Amino acid sequence: MESIAYAYLAAGFGAGLVILGAGYGIGKLASAAMEASGRQPEGAGAIRTSMIIAAALIEGATFFALAICILLALK
Amino acid sequence: MKSFPTPQDTTLGVIQPDSVSVAEHGEAFDFNHLLEHLYDSRTIEYPGGHWDIPPFPPVEVGGLTVDLSVTKHVFFLLVAAFLLTVTAVYASRKIRKNPVPSGFANVIEVFVVFIRDEIVLTTMGPAGLRYIPFILTTFLYILIMNLLGLVPFGASATGNISVTAGLALVAFIMIQVAAIRAQGFSHYLAHFTGGVAWWLWPIMIPIEILGIFTKAFALCMRLFANMSGGHIVILALLGFIFLAQSILFAPIPVAFVLAINLLELLVAFIQAYVFAMLTALFMGLGIPQGHGEHSH
Repeated sequence: MESIAYAYLAAGFGAGLVILGAGYGIGKLASAAMEASGRQPEGAGAIRTSMIIAAALIEGATFFALAICILLALK
Repeated sequence: MKSFPTPQDTTLGVIQPDSVSVAEHGEAFDFNHLLEHLYDSRTIEYPGGHWDIPPFPPVEVGGLTVDLSVTKHVFFLLVAAFLLTVTAVYASRKIRKNPVPSGFANVIEVFVVFIRDEIVLTTMGPAGLRYIPFILTTFLYILIMNLLGLVPFGASATGNISVTAGLALVAFIMIQVAAIRAQGFSHYLAHFTGGVAWWLWPIMIPIEILGIFTKAFALCMRLFANMSGGHIVILALLGFIFLAQSILFAPIPVAFVLAINLLELLVAFIQAYVFAMLTALFMGLGIPQGHGEHSH
């Protein structure tokens, strides 16, 4: 029973840590994109596109980690 | 999909039965009843009842018994395909008749022009024009499937990992086809060496092969996790009502659920866009862009 408790604990902590990292990364990305499009409003479209791509790639890595957490919680 | 452990299975279930059982009703609330809405089932619900889809007889394929019955997600997958066909054919007929579209056809034209100018031309260049139908179909199909999950009694087929895996498999094939078509088969194979010295090939080739699979795997996981994640959040918030067992508390989770639903509407569009965008981007990586730079 103890080991199951640790697995649930690890899953919860893992999910939290994943979100910390991903939130920080996407936050930095968004702030940089906002600054860039504020400085050059004519390039806002291109900046937004590359921002979404980068955010989606960060998100992809996040989901790999979250999938591991879900496996921990469900096993 | 594996189901969540029921409280009876383990002492550490999702919700302890004691903590939610109420003396008033005398029966325990089981969170799994809420979660069942997430899972695939053989029942289609509609206002005032439900319809059990008759199962197909199992099919034998090379010694394997395969169950090809239509389930809830398959049903909504087909509904989405039907809606997509109807809307696209209707809009294209209307535009052919009158090149200046109005009303509904105008909405579809906005999507088509957006896909062409913002997604295909920016990532693949003029060489990508032949792939517009594929990218457009991917976008609209995923969008309709996502939106069907927000319709009452509906289910989003994209919240099922098998569906997203199928979509990612198609995207994977198209990414390879675009690269082979643009570069030729020998160049396509040479690409796996990454252009490094031959003694680095044993390291480089597995990494490159892994790289083409992770792209598709990420597409699959991203769409699945985004669509089912929103549903889980909504169900968890609704679960608070049953935890509190008070109608006075109900408006608070419902307000949150409303906000999450609006977010879901946004996510439905964004995830369809991201899937189409990344597919186009990965296809574009395999197409030489003409200005000499071989991008990776």
